[in-house]
This record gives sequence, C-alpha cells and structure tokens, in this order.
Amino acid sequence: MMGLISYLVFFITIASILAIAVLGLNLQWGNTGLFNGGVVAFFGAGAYGTLLLGGDPQSDHIGGFDLFYPLALLGGAVAAGVLAWVVGRLTLHLRHDYFAIATFGVAVTFENVMRNAEGLSGGAKGLRGFTRPLEAFVNNGFTYNVLFLLVVTSLLVCTYLFLERLIRSPYGRLLRAIREDEIAACSLGKKPDRIRLTAFITGSCIVGLAGGLYATFYAFVSPQDVLPTLTFQLWAMLIVGGAGNNRGAIFGTFLIWGAWSASGWGLSRFAPVEVQLYTGTMQFILIGLVIVGMLLWRPQGLFPERLVVSQSGCKSK
Amino acid sequence: MIQSLADGILVGAILSLGAIGLTMVMHILRFANFSHAELLSIGAYSALVFDALFSGILPILANKIGPFSMTWALTLSMFCAMGVTGLSAMLIDRFVFKRIREKGDELSMVFASFGVAMIIRNVLGLIFGLKSQLYSNDIVFAVMISSDPMLLIKPDQVFVLLAALLIMLVLHFVLSRTTFGYALRAVAENPSLAEVSGIRLSRVIALVWIIGGCLAAAAGVFYGLNNHINPVIGRDLVLPIFAATIVGGIGSVYGAVLGGFIVGIAANMALLVLPSGYSPAVPFMIILALLLVRPHGLFGEPQT
Repeated sequence: MMGLISYLVFFITIASILAIAVLGLNLQWGNTGLFNGGVVAFFGAGAYGTLLLGGDPQSDHIGGFDLFYPLALLGGAVAAGVLAWVVGRLTLHLRHDYFAIATFGVAVTFENVMRNAEGLSGGAKGLRGFTRPLEAFVNNGFTYNVLFLLVVTSLLVCTYLFLERLIRSPYGRLLRAIREDEIAACSLGKKPDRIRLTAFITGSCIVGLAGGLYATFYAFVSPQDVLPTLTFQLWAMLIVGGAGNNRGAIFGTFLIWGAWSASGWGLSRFAPVEVQLYTGTMQFILIGLVIVGMLLWRPQGLFPERLVVSQSGCKSK
Repeated sequence: MIQSLADGILVGAILSLGAIGLTMVMHILRFANFSHAELLSIGAYSALVFDALFSGILPILANKIGPFSMTWALTLSMFCAMGVTGLSAMLIDRFVFKRIREKGDELSMVFASFGVAMIIRNVLGLIFGLKSQLYSNDIVFAVMISSDPMLLIKPDQVFVLLAALLIMLVLHFVLSRTTFGYALRAVAENPSLAEVSGIRLSRVIALVWIIGGCLAAAAGVFYGLNNHINPVIGRDLVLPIFAATIVGGIGSVYGAVLGGFIVGIAANMALLVLPSGYSPAVPFMIILALLLVRPHGLFGEPQT
C-alpha cells in the first residue's frame, strides 16, 4: 500500500512537471500557431541552467554557483528564454517551415553539445552534485517527495492561472488574431513578428521552468533526458488534450503519461523477454499512431479550444 | 584536407538526392516534411530484401561488378527499391497528408510528418531489428590515389558519385524537356492557374511524391553501400537534408543539388577543426549561418 502511494506521488509529480511544459507549448502552438519542433532544447536549457546555477561547486566543469534555489530555477527559465530569443529572432520572420526546422535543429544541437562539452555540462555522464533544496531539513525521503509534489502542483496551478489570464487579456486576443489572419492584424497596426517572438519566449520560459523542476526532482540531468523523443511525447500530450485549451493540455498530459507508463509496465511484465528489447520501439509506434490518428479524426483534441467572444458589451462565455 | 573534400563530395551526392525530393514536396505542398528522410530508410531496407531475394533465386547475380562491392542483384534491387519507395511515398500522402491537406491546415502537416516519421522508423526497427546490417560482408579496400597529400578512395565511392550524377542528369531532362516538367513548374508557380490550364493537380502531386521517393531510395541504397543500414538512418540524415534544401533555397531543384554538396563538404571539413562528436550539430550551424546571411537560400525566392 505504501509502495503504491509513493509510486502515485512519483507519477503525479512527473506528470505535473510535464503538464507545465505542455502548457508552455500550448501558448506557442495552441494560441499562437508556432510549430516548435525542439521543445526538448528549452526543457533542457532550463534543466541544465538550474543545476549549473544551484549546484554545489564542481572541479571538473563550470557551474556549481550554489545560488539560492528559487533564483537558480528562475535562471534556468531565463536560459530557455534566451535560447528562444536567439532562434526566434533568426527565423520567426520567415516561412513557418524554417521555424519548424530551426527549432528541430536546436534540439539536436543542444543534445549534441551537452553530450560533448564536458567542461560545461559534464558530458555524457551527466550533471551531478546538486543538493535538493531543504533536503537536509526533511530527513524522510517520502515526506520530501510529498512536499515537492505540493510545490510542483502549486506551480502548475500558478502557470495555469497565469496563462488563462494571459489568453483572455488583449494580448491573448492579439495572438489569436495573428494566428487566424496575419494580414488583417497587420492592417490594424500590429507587428506579428514581434508578438510571435514574445509568445515564443514566454512559452519557452515556461517549458524551461518545467525542465528546471524535472532536474531538481532527480537532482541529476544527462543528455539522455533531452532526447528528441521527449518532444514527441509532449506534442502527443498537447494534441490529445486539445490545442488551445489549457485544461485539455493538462488532462492530455496525465492521460498520455499514464498510458505511456502503463504500456511500459505492461510490456515489461507480460511480454516475452525477446520482445522486451523492443518495448521502446513499440511505445513509439503507438505514440506516432496516436498523433497521426488524432490529426486525421479529431484534430481539435478531446477538449477543443473554446473561442472567447470578447467584444465589449457581449458577455464572454 | 583533400581526403575530407573527397569524402564530403560523396556524402554531398547522397544528400543532394534526398534534398531534391524534399525541396519539391516542400515547394508544392508548402510544409516541412520531417518524414522525408525515412524514405531513405525504406529504400535501403527494401533493397536489402530484394537483394537477398534475387541472390537466392539466381546465385549468378550475386557476383560483383568489377572492383565494386555492388552486385548485379543489388543493382536490380535498387530499381525495385526505388519503385517500392516511390509507391510508399505516394500512399503515405494519400492516406495521411492528403486528408489533412483537405482540412486545410498547413501546420498540422508538419506535425503529422513528425508522427509518420516516428511510425516508419520504429516499424522498420521492429521488422528488421535494431542492429546495423550490411549489403555485403566483404571488406572493400580503398585505393590510394596519392600518398602526399594522403587520398584514399573506395571504388564504391566513385561508383556512387557517378550514379548519383547520372540520376540527377536524367531528372534534369525530365524537368526541362517533358510536359510533366512544365506542369510541375506551373503548379509550383500558381496551383489554381495551372488547374485552369488543364493540369490535374492530384496527378502532379502524386508524381512529385513518386519521384521524391525514387531519389530517396537511391540515396538510401548508396548510403547503405558506404556506411551501414540501420533503422535510425532517417533520424541521422533528416537535419543534413533539411540543411541542403535551405542552403539551396526551398523549391529550387538545382539549389538542392548544390546545397547537398555544400553541406556534405562543409560537414566533413568542419571535422578538421571540431571534435568528431560534434558532427550531428554541424548541419544546424550551416542553417544558422545561412539564415543570417541569405535567409532565402542561394537560389530561393522570398515566399509568403
């Protein structure tokens, strides 16, 4: 029973962290229509940024500045934002496929650099030497995990409320206006490139925040955590939940992460040994089928975007 | 230095073949197709199957041609693989991309291509296993062309380069001398006007996929001949091929050819100064550098 509860705590923690990332992605894709093909790079920037800033001093690579934890977490999110600014400045004014390719390239390059630049990131063996905040005061691992879960879920709620406010604000309306008809938005004196860039950076900071929390939870990050497959998983979560709907995004995350964990467990428990080697392969086929199937038969997701009529005088639903 | 140049030219020829198909699809259907590189894997693996089949039926076909490790069976297999891959490219379009296109969402196409790539890559892994395979287990020795500067070239490399150039020449004649070539350019310029002039849009699109698939299959076989075949060929080549199309300018077939060679040579040259671990990142650096200097590629035109 205790085992089940502590697994549940673990599961909800990871799912909540991923949900924060999916919310950030939803701002980019659902509300602004930006195809970010390298979500994992921004997730990774947050993860590495947080551990480098908040970690203990290291001899074999830079970092370990031992910053106050909330500052380190913020620093990770800012690192993701800076990365987004560089990519966005270069590609957002071009055709949308350039943006898709460039973000995909960023993810490949990020993983590659983290794997090779030992002086920066610890290379393939990853980044260790991080003491989780306040761990010394809570001597029980389970209690600590419960506390951490509380922090993560409250951050998830904060992110959700922030984004809900944001998309209901004039800024959110502007995002949708640009997504639907760029020329019309231009004719009203708006600057689509600028607005898209800010949305992209904001979304990436949120994804970076999730990355930072993820790295904090494990007190470790390695290039294995920033493989492009994570991008696919996050995308599947968003598209199943419903792009443009924040509640859908959170629901989709829990659903897909649950299905992913369950299929992995089921295959390792019941499948013959020679099949188990292909567990990952089969899981990825399933996730690919989910993505393509949703796009073909229910592109709006399980929770479609609810369009808000925000003209003054009309009551928004 | 010279060695890197020679190797780069060879890799470039393979990338060019892949990039031609991708640039045509991206131009006409206006989406970044992340599953294009998986067509190379389909080509490489179907050639492997046909090769085993032909050598089994007619053992005499398994003899090598001259100094190459290429056999008659493999040559035949390559043409069969081109057919299979062209057909699968067309079928993927019919069952996935066409249906999403009809809903009118360009961005969902990019996304769907991610999913398609994922499915193809892992299904291939499931069928053929995750281990690397080879067309021939014989060791082919490189021939020393000169000792100072050191230059080693495998006969296969020469063959691949010549074959790739021949395929590009054939494509050039198809595009510049046939009605289909004109129809293709018309559709790329203005799809609705082309339809008014009596061009069947769906047929041109299907043909573009078939041609793209054929070239990708040839590239896949050539890649397999020089390296090895494994299910992650697509994952490794998707970025270099995109880099080649962007360097050449999206939509320009000749740009894609040139772009392939530029990316191939640059990637090999970069390894002279960078540790080899960084090689997967080089195509992205090329893309970034180009976007800074000439965002629409060498031959591309600004498009909306």
